[in-house]
Amino acid sequence: MDLIRFQKVTKKYKNGVVAVNDIDLAIEKGDFVFVIGQTGCGKSTLIKMLYREERPTSGKIIVGGIDVAKLKNWKVFKIRRKIGVVFQDFKLLPKLNVYENVAFALEIFGLPKSEIYSRVMKVLDLVGLKSKAKQYPTQLSGGEQQRVAIARAIVNEPKLLICDEPTGNLDEDTSMEIMSVLEEINKLGTTIIMVTHDTEIVSKMKKRVILLDAGRILKDYEKGTYVHESN
Amino acid sequence: MKAIRIFGRNIRDAFKSVFRNFSLSFASISCITITLLVVSIAVILSYNVNNFTRLVEQDVTIVAFLDTKTDEDTAKQYLEKIKSIDGVESVEHQTKIQIAEEMMESSETYNNIMSQWKVDGKWVEDEIPLRPTLLVRATSLSKIDNVADEIEKLDPEKETIKLVQYGEDMVKQLISLFDVIRKISIGVVVALILVTAFLIANTIKITIFSRKREIEIMRLVGASNMNIKIPFVFEGLFLGILGSIIPILVTTYGYVAIFENFNGQIFSPFIRLIAPEPFIYLVSGILLLIGMLVGMFGSLVAVKKHLKI
Repeated sequence: MDLIRFQKVTKKYKNGVVAVNDIDLAIEKGDFVFVIGQTGCGKSTLIKMLYREERPTSGKIIVGGIDVAKLKNWKVFKIRRKIGVVFQDFKLLPKLNVYENVAFALEIFGLPKSEIYSRVMKVLDLVGLKSKAKQYPTQLSGGEQQRVAIARAIVNEPKLLICDEPTGNLDEDTSMEIMSVLEEINKLGTTIIMVTHDTEIVSKMKKRVILLDAGRILKDYEKGTYVHESN
Repeated sequence: MKAIRIFGRNIRDAFKSVFRNFSLSFASISCITITLLVVSIAVILSYNVNNFTRLVEQDVTIVAFLDTKTDEDTAKQYLEKIKSIDGVESVEHQTKIQIAEEMMESSETYNNIMSQWKVDGKWVEDEIPLRPTLLVRATSLSKIDNVADEIEKLDPEKETIKLVQYGEDMVKQLISLFDVIRKISIGVVVALILVTAFLIANTIKITIFSRKREIEIMRLVGASNMNIKIPFVFEGLFLGILGSIIPILVTTYGYVAIFENFNGQIFSPFIRLIAPEPFIYLVSGILLLIGMLVGMFGSLVAVKKHLKI
């Protein structure tokens, strides 16, 4: 079953740049998909439209049965609760510790303290940071900070996890650590879409790869068929 | 249960962020404090002026001076007649002796003059050159003209009632002056409230601007606009409450001190200040309420602008 479906989606910015041009795309539940391409090829715009940070100029985007393109501003939170997002710059709150940063996403919904505690500790365990729950983001390494961000993104048990260059600021070893965490999450049933520049990672992971160029899908590699040839 | 938890969390967060962003909170609080101090002065002034007006209006007395030779019976007859005039609250007859005694008490000079008309400690009534009077109290200021006219009509030849006097012009001028002062102070209060709301909105806007990231993350993790707004509104509420503490203390102690210093009256015994209790509680309540509302609306306006991401 398709979790995500793009139908003739075009995004044209006010300055005239066409970031995404007439894209049709389907992503199945439980998939792990890489979106790659050069800077400015439209990959960030493509995923931003998924969580309604951007609105398509035309076309339909169905995520879990909801037409995201038509969603009104004040209803955006409804789709955001079903989607976890991880960024290159982590977006953690420096004044909150690891536990609080993750719990933040649950407190909004008014869950009981005990449930928040058990869920937060569960995801912190999953990303391997249970022992650092009381530390502050500045006391952590880049890889650890990203793992906190991932924990926060998945603590709501979203169906879809969107990662916008999550390894962009990290070295190779740390990047692979992050990838194994993501793979673990994917195995638990969460669909993952990850935008990246890092073709090394993509080659190693053997997943579905969508190559974008100038706002169009240039190639859509089936699982494991993408091979990166470094120059 | 869920609503209570969310409510509790909002209050806790609002309280935390007041202290977490203390320098900016301090700016907002000082802004509220200063304005509320001025508001307090304006409110106290306005209430007191209102009170003066009321007192002056109540104190509308007409004095009918009778002929020096008027006997008690004639005076009583006129007293009854005046009583039946519409708009008269009460009439009091003052004999020459009563007036003379009152005057003697009021000053030493009068005392010396008046004692000339006493022989062996007894008044010689015929010698006293004062006029007996009828003190007429009107029910309201608007009736005073009419009442005075009616009294004059009772004795058109002016044989007994020689003169009817009342401080109409002075009283009316005083009341119109009070009215102007009251209008100005209400204007000042309203203007100040608007200015404060605007200043607080701006101060909180800066606070929120510095917390744009927090709002962005809240939106990302699925907080609805309501989820985001409410903590900021509570924060505004706290700022309002904290900002009204000093003005309330200053008002309470300041007003009591002023009241005691002036013995409760200004210029004359007839312009009396409002007694501190329960007046200060009323003013404190008004200040607290204004602080809270202004803080809440200020932050609501400020956060709304940032939600249009």
